[in-house]
Amino acid sequence: MQITQKGRQTWLFDGPVGIIGQAATCGPREGEGPLAADFDHIFPDLRMGEVSFEKAEQRMEEYAARRAIAKASLTPDEIDIMFAGDLINQITPSGFTARNLAIPYFGLFNACATAMEGLALAALCVASGVARKVLVAASSHTCTAERQFRYPNEYGSQKPPYSQSTATAAGAAVVAAIPAPVEIKAITVGRVRDEHITDPFAMGAAMAPAFADTVQIHLQERGVSPDYYDLILSGDLGHVGQDIARELFQLQGITIADEKLGDCGLMLYGASTKVFSGGSGCGCAASVGFGHIYRLISEGEIKRVLLCATGALLSPVSSEQKESIPAISHAVALERGE
Amino acid sequence: MAPKPKPDPWYQAIVDRHTPKKRVLRNCITAFLGGGLLCALAQTALFCLVEFADIPQEDASPIVLICVIFLTALFTGIGIYDKLGQKLGAGLAVPISGFANSVAASMLEHKSEGLVLGSGCNSFKLAGAVVIFGIFSAFVVVFIGWALQLI
Repeated sequence: MQITQKGRQTWLFDGPVGIIGQAATCGPREGEGPLAADFDHIFPDLRMGEVSFEKAEQRMEEYAARRAIAKASLTPDEIDIMFAGDLINQITPSGFTARNLAIPYFGLFNACATAMEGLALAALCVASGVARKVLVAASSHTCTAERQFRYPNEYGSQKPPYSQSTATAAGAAVVAAIPAPVEIKAITVGRVRDEHITDPFAMGAAMAPAFADTVQIHLQERGVSPDYYDLILSGDLGHVGQDIARELFQLQGITIADEKLGDCGLMLYGASTKVFSGGSGCGCAASVGFGHIYRLISEGEIKRVLLCATGALLSPVSSEQKESIPAISHAVALERGE
Repeated sequence: MAPKPKPDPWYQAIVDRHTPKKRVLRNCITAFLGGGLLCALAQTALFCLVEFADIPQEDASPIVLICVIFLTALFTGIGIYDKLGQKLGAGLAVPISGFANSVAASMLEHKSEGLVLGSGCNSFKLAGAVVIFGIFSAFVVVFIGWALQLI
């Protein structure tokens, strides 16, 4: 198969790079949302039968990974490489999942952009012939993220209206260089952008420039107009970040119709106001991409989607040290296989 | 410390246009009413203890405080306090309930790492700042008072 590097950040695949198995899991709140039917399993409570939220997240990620492998009619020992990541310190849910599955493992961290980082790497691996079958997984859990990045879960602090709520969700996909209903046609590796936002609650404002940058570069390097895609999705910009991104596109001179722009973190919850500006976390792009969007494309409802997961590369320490919040966005073009 | 980075004015303008404002006035009013209600309830309890149960004022006061702390810990444990905190903000944070909640929430959060190294070591993770600066400012005030007496 021919892999063509277009410009500096985009790679095109001229053969089939198929998603041959995929799965999405989520927690109770996401299960009440409009995408409930697209999840393979909805865990009815946040503990998921485990003693800690960290174990619960790991269980959710492993469930998604095993399900994706099973749906590809494979067993874990037939997978050559696993790319996975999450938001917890030292990405333990992913490492523990890789231990239980015993698949050669690359641990990734690109915050909430991890799912598309993994999918892009998987596509490069199988298209180049480096590996035959590659598993991608990513997860986030509202309670582990709250503890990791903000305050104890039961602490009664008041969040600002522009803050976001981390999604409890996981997604996994198996990628191979064989034709499938949904194929990866192109990837664009994002650059880290920093517009010097320092408020750790203003994730949308921190990440919108990275999203706009990656979309612009992708369209330019691939040589297509926004109309080529049925949907251009950000991972977790929320209402605030989406509105900012719209204005950035105008400044760049890119016209994208309103109904073509979407955000995984917003789709997950619909009109629910309990999540403030919208959902966030690795689980947004992973579960919506490998669940809902996969179904829409494979059933032929839509044909081409540019999925751009967005990640904020901050830590609690960096933000207390008054550092600004760098952000990244990786784009993967998912299209209906012939 | 190096100056805090700031967005360029053009980007800050875009962000400001699309970021919903914190509703400061509304938050102040709900904090005032919520906190006021909590304090009024506690004061009523104190009054009842002194008037009807014949408990001296200096004993009744700690009893009420302990009750507020207990109820806060209970509400924290059953997962109601954080929802009230989102609505009432400083109204719950400023009274002793805020302090009690920060300790209870931290201990609960770190329960999974064990009683001593988890809950124990992390109990004052948030409240520690209040304790240390409270003691320090008390020391400063007493020192000033003592210095004024000398003059």
